[in-house]
Amino acid sequence: MSSLRRLAMLILVLVYAAGLAANWLAPAHYAAQFRDAPDAAPSRKFPLGTDAVGRDVLSRLIYGTRVSLVLAPAAAILATMVAGLLGGVAGYLGGGMEAVILRAADLFVSLPWLFLLITVRAMLPLNVPPVESVLVTFLLLGLLGWAGPARVVGATARVIRRQDFVLQARASGSGGFRLLALHVLPNLKPILLAQFWISVPVFILSEANLGFLGLGVGEPVPSWGGLLREIENVQAVAANPWLLAPLALLVVVVGCFHLLTPPEDYSK
Amino acid sequence: MVLHRLLRACVSTGLTILLGGLFAATLARFAPGFGVDEREFDPRRGVASLQDLRARRQAVGNIVSYYGGYLARMAQGDLGVSQSLGRPVAELLAERLPVTAKAAGAGLLLGWLPGLLLALATCRPSKTLDLAAGVLSALLLCLPSAVVALALLFAAPTGLRPSVAVGVAVAIVVFPRVLRFARGILGQVAVAPHVQMASAKGVGPYRILIAHILGPALPSLLALAGVSISVAFGAAIPVEVITDSPGIGQLAWQAALQRDVALLTSLGILVTTITVAANSLAGVVQDCLRQETA
Repeated sequence: MSSLRRLAMLILVLVYAAGLAANWLAPAHYAAQFRDAPDAAPSRKFPLGTDAVGRDVLSRLIYGTRVSLVLAPAAAILATMVAGLLGGVAGYLGGGMEAVILRAADLFVSLPWLFLLITVRAMLPLNVPPVESVLVTFLLLGLLGWAGPARVVGATARVIRRQDFVLQARASGSGGFRLLALHVLPNLKPILLAQFWISVPVFILSEANLGFLGLGVGEPVPSWGGLLREIENVQAVAANPWLLAPLALLVVVVGCFHLLTPPEDYSK
Repeated sequence: MVLHRLLRACVSTGLTILLGGLFAATLARFAPGFGVDEREFDPRRGVASLQDLRARRQAVGNIVSYYGGYLARMAQGDLGVSQSLGRPVAELLAERLPVTAKAAGAGLLLGWLPGLLLALATCRPSKTLDLAAGVLSALLLCLPSAVVALALLFAAPTGLRPSVAVGVAVAIVVFPRVLRFARGILGQVAVAPHVQMASAKGVGPYRILIAHILGPALPSLLALAGVSISVAFGAAIPVEVITDSPGIGQLAWQAALQRDVALLTSLGILVTTITVAANSLAGVVQDCLRQETA
């Protein structure tokens, strides 16, 4: 592992640790309002200042980190599992089943990702309680993000299906689900792992875009997308540059994930 | 052979669009609030009138008949009426699509040109250029498109036209993706034996770049071009919202917030048609080029 990747891993570990220890680390609760100090500049009491309603920005950033960094990988796991199942079945079975699954994947891949997200999000209840909005947002990311990985997994499963050890297992009487579970799926593990690493930064950025558009996690629960809405007011950012702290953290974390992502195979 | 491929691509595109429409119609059919008719609360309506309304609703309750009816109306140019804007959807799309198409087209051109040129430049061994290209693409890939649009508004001179801002923002979103993938594609071709042989035979660097690297990489670059259209349309949504540009990205956002199902369904089919057609076309040209090379 190169020193740059080691550094990226260290940064991610530290940010994750801070997010997970939000209850102990954050100076205040994310929803606590200090009404005597709205839009306060950074001080000893509020290291990153406060927002328009007097909430401590640092506390919200730490809690928001927990929401974004725990749920984005959870959504990535869900997307990778769905991709593994559908792509694995498509590649293994071939024929009509493969055509149907790949056609559906083509459709999902063709549609602009953000357009697909906001369309499906709009069809779900919009005025849900904040905690439910967190689950809805990330569940959506997980369930809609399967198509790209499924195509890669399908192509790999197709190659594995034709390999000697699979033919030998088939000749020895192994077949159906047993062959898929014991011989095909375990060999898809490296591809699934790579797809997981690729999906995490994509989902973090998607949540940020959704939050920016007001279709992400609901107030007062903080997430990186929601926190980025604060920078919508350009004049306020010019006067209070510390409002850019969530963006800086987002760029650093997504950059670290990109560094840890295995390089793409361009021959496929 | 080309005609056969074109025909196959057309059938495949049509099927994907129909599937996209079915997906959009299914979402619309099962969205909360579907089938609620305010006319039922009108106290002036009698029992027979109410029964008639319910019977009509039941007729479109089945997803197949609902989608069938939608397609039949669409064939006649009737895409319904937008609930939130109170205007025919076809009229709205005709008005907004050119705005996004122009901005996205300009953005694609502005993103592709420097992206491809820089990727080509990195084919020649230069550590500094390689590092600069890597850092630049990695940094821009870490930014949400909404933030790119906002940064542009912040940095741009006052009075910048929204469509120009959208074009530049889309270019900033497309550029790092083109650079990253084009570098990968060209980098793989650059180390191929035929390039090394050409270099050993004394072929000039520009000729190697154009004839021996860019030529064989063209099919993969075309596939990337198809995908980048989808990226540009996706980026246009937050960018148009932030820059207040009246394109289909902003329309999609408004429709999503207002739960305007008719508008969202039609937008879904329109965007699917554009992106699938572009990808299919890229696929056909890619196949033809590969066949020619073989």
